Amino acid sequence: MTPINNKPKRFTTFQKPSVRPVDTAPVPRLTPRETWEREEAKPAIKASATDEARIRQLSRRSFLWVGIASVATVGGLWAFNRDPEEGKSAGGAFVPRIEGTKAPLRKVLSFNEFVARNLFYSPTNRAQEFPRSMAIEPRNNYHGATPEIDLADWTLTLEGAKGRDKPLVLTLADIQTLPEVSQTTELKCIEGWSAITNWSGVRLHDFLQKYPPPDGTRYLAMYSEPVGQEDTWYNVGLDIESAMHPQSILATAMNDEALTSEHGAPLRLIMPHKYGIKSIKLITRIAYSDTRPGDYWYEQGYDWYAGL
Amino acid sequence: MTPDMPLPKVLPEARPTPEGATVAAPVVPQVKLVKKHPLAIRWMHWINFPVLMVMIWSGVLILWANDVYPTEKFALKIPNRITLSRKGVTAVYPPKEADDYPVPAKERVDIRLAFRLAEGQAWHFTWAWFFTLNGVAYVLYLFFSGEWKHLLPRKESFGEAFKVVLHDLGLYRKPLPPGKVNHAQRIAYTSVVVMGFGMVVTGLAIYKPAQLTWLSNALGGYQAARLEHFWLTAGIIAFFFVHVAQVIRAGFNNFRAMITGYELSRHDYDKLS
Repeated sequence: MTPINNKPKRFTTFQKPSVRPVDTAPVPRLTPRETWEREEAKPAIKASATDEARIRQLSRRSFLWVGIASVATVGGLWAFNRDPEEGKSAGGAFVPRIEGTKAPLRKVLSFNEFVARNLFYSPTNRAQEFPRSMAIEPRNNYHGATPEIDLADWTLTLEGAKGRDKPLVLTLADIQTLPEVSQTTELKCIEGWSAITNWSGVRLHDFLQKYPPPDGTRYLAMYSEPVGQEDTWYNVGLDIESAMHPQSILATAMNDEALTSEHGAPLRLIMPHKYGIKSIKLITRIAYSDTRPGDYWYEQGYDWYAGL
Repeated sequence: MTPDMPLPKVLPEARPTPEGATVAAPVVPQVKLVKKHPLAIRWMHWINFPVLMVMIWSGVLILWANDVYPTEKFALKIPNRITLSRKGVTAVYPPKEADDYPVPAKERVDIRLAFRLAEGQAWHFTWAWFFTLNGVAYVLYLFFSGEWKHLLPRKESFGEAFKVVLHDLGLYRKPLPPGKVNHAQRIAYTSVVVMGFGMVVTGLAIYKPAQLTWLSNALGGYQAARLEHFWLTAGIIAFFFVHVAQVIRAGFNNFRAMITGYELSRHDYDKLS
């Protein structure tokens, strides 16, 4: 039997140290992804008490601001829209209306008109014209029953023409002495629908040259006032630049057929560079004006200019 | 130290100095109060919220002036009236009108959306200025402050965004790269700016189609521009819902940063970009 030698062996072998001194520690060459994946995987050490106190202080201040701003926004919108119904005596509106629209919004619409007339509008900018084959019949969107008249009795009264004291009374034949034009344009309703339609008639530009307004006239008004049909009367106000645009036409025919009363027989306006609300049907009177004329839909809250 | 030395499997937590004393390893993360969102971005972010709400509301008033688009066709039914009463919230679709509705008028609050075109246009054409100016200011601020570095997608963002989605679904367990926003957010926040730009461009094509005929035609015509405007709105609303859900998910610390500007984080964000 050999005795068990429990004594450790006396010779030494080289051992890799499990930890190295800092100055000789290997610099781990990790990719950026490995680095942050390792870092993110570690549990974080809580923020210091100073930082916790600071964020609480910042939060109090900021959330107070948020509260004030939220109340101001909601309250402001509520006060702006406050409009007691007629008949209720609970105070008045804080913000008055101008022709159906809150005054500040009306002012921005006027500013938009200023921008549109000075920045966008140009007589050389033409609304898109389409091939004649694309023309369809537009829907009839009149504000009441379309007025029907005896066409033989129709005349057009022109008020305020240059050098004339009395209104001028014109017949369809007078208007048709002007050169005939035809265009296929898209009628765009303010409600959103649109229809490509062919219109023939005379240029409003030519009409305004044959029966010129006094120099410096800025506006004209058109009225549809068929006798005995006061319920369907309609009127539009136009700026003279838009009226002089080569695509503004006094139409007598739609899709090569004489206008039906549904579409404004015998004479209607077509302006592809304004919403359809300006394309008045069954014109009976035109008046030149130095002041901005009234307008059927403007008085019900819509933009006066309505330019496209 | 030899360059070919194999990498240790686990990084040392603490290392002895030559003298034998131990120091904390520098990689242990410490949560600190760090600046996240600049004041200008916070203002523009929060201004955009009510402005966008008013734009969408007034846009619906304009849309509902006339049912040009049968909206069911696009799987997006928009009610023309929302009624709040003790029976709950009810959406009323055309052709049903107030008189058809079973709850008496005195017992309900109606949010009317149909036949308010003049009002809708007045609001839309006023607040479009705020929307546009705020958006332009935001883009200019991002550009000049350098904040865009945190928000624009990078080459790797499209792949990384997929990992973010998997991570949010609990299918990818590794941590995401640190940063003010993750790669999915980079794509989302940039897309929403592009959508906002699209709103202004399609909006102008609808607003002045006869003066900007070229723009209207480039977008496929007047009605096409209207439809694009409508779909971009749907895109922004979709962004809004995902955004709010993700903010709720991310927690209060993250939400608070959009209000106070500061976040408790282990990363100094401005050094990360």
